[in-house]
Amino acid sequence: MNLAQALSVVIPALPDALIVHANGFISRESFNLEDRRGNFYMIGSMGLASSIALGVALSKPERRVAVFDGDGNVLMNMGSLALIGAQQPRNLVHLVFDNEVYGSTGNQPTISSRVALDEVARASGYVETRRAEEADQLRAAAQDLLARDGPSFLLIKIEPDRQERHIGRITHEPQHIVRRFMGEIEKGDRERR
Amino acid sequence: MVSGPQFVQHLRNAGFDFFTGVPCSLVKSVIATLEERGGYIAETREDAAVGLAAGAYLAGKQPVVIMQNSGLGVCLNALSSLSLIYALPCLLLITWRGYQGKDAPEHLIMGDILPELLSTLKIPYRVLEEHTLEGAIGWAASTLKQTSRPTALVLPPGVAA
Repeated sequence: MNLAQALSVVIPALPDALIVHANGFISRESFNLEDRRGNFYMIGSMGLASSIALGVALSKPERRVAVFDGDGNVLMNMGSLALIGAQQPRNLVHLVFDNEVYGSTGNQPTISSRVALDEVARASGYVETRRAEEADQLRAAAQDLLARDGPSFLLIKIEPDRQERHIGRITHEPQHIVRRFMGEIEKGDRERR
Repeated sequence: MVSGPQFVQHLRNAGFDFFTGVPCSLVKSVIATLEERGGYIAETREDAAVGLAAGAYLAGKQPVVIMQNSGLGVCLNALSSLSLIYALPCLLLITWRGYQGKDAPEHLIMGDILPELLSTLKIPYRVLEEHTLEGAIGWAASTLKQTSRPTALVLPPGVAA
């Protein structure tokens, strides 16, 4: 399973979620598959996708919030796993697409082949953690997690791209991404009234 | 000196409603007050606190990030590649260790360059004094709304109890 295949499985399982995307191929692949108003694409600030998502989740407990994260990003900000475990946001689901490399900079290895990130999440206090390597297993794990309270963590082991990928960058300006995302949250607030 | 409860009341009166950060002894009474009242989120790193505040702002909050000036060094990428380019405002309440060159060695360089560093980042700031504190907090609240960028209040020793 590669990144695009894994995203194609999980995106339909999250129809109403606000999704904070880590920088690099995760943002770009998801943007090219299905660009939603509730997608926040983090283009810089590597490591902080889960922090941003936690800020949204704590401030909007009635909304489902997802993070599409990567192994390099998680390793850069492991304290965020601890804070999520400490805060226990029930509405947060953390999906990590783990290809064991820094994909956007030339597939240099990360250390996630030797560090079980799902076990780090479990030890940090996530109430549900799962690991998936095949598409069917991923579909079942995502549905199972989304039926339960979080914070939950889904480690998705994927293949790195063997050849250089030519995938489009995010074409929206950063401030447009913000306006759209905030508009989507406000629309949800109006519908709840 | 301004007490913790007074300081927090001024922040709340100015509309701030989401508090996170990493502590400093210069602001311990403020954090103690926030902790007592609940809702203060003790972050693990200052740049993660900037990320957390960005998320809170996206969800409609007016966030405050508390840090020592050493933490501003940790935040340079979060500020330059997140808050500033996406126009995600927050109040940075930054304590000024190394103030006037009188402190432990690890604080002296950052203490010396703090105002220049904020200017270089084009982050508007004011240095807090006891008798103008309430007005400075009001200035920060209106400045970050107008500019939609992080705005800093710098807290030297001896201002907050």
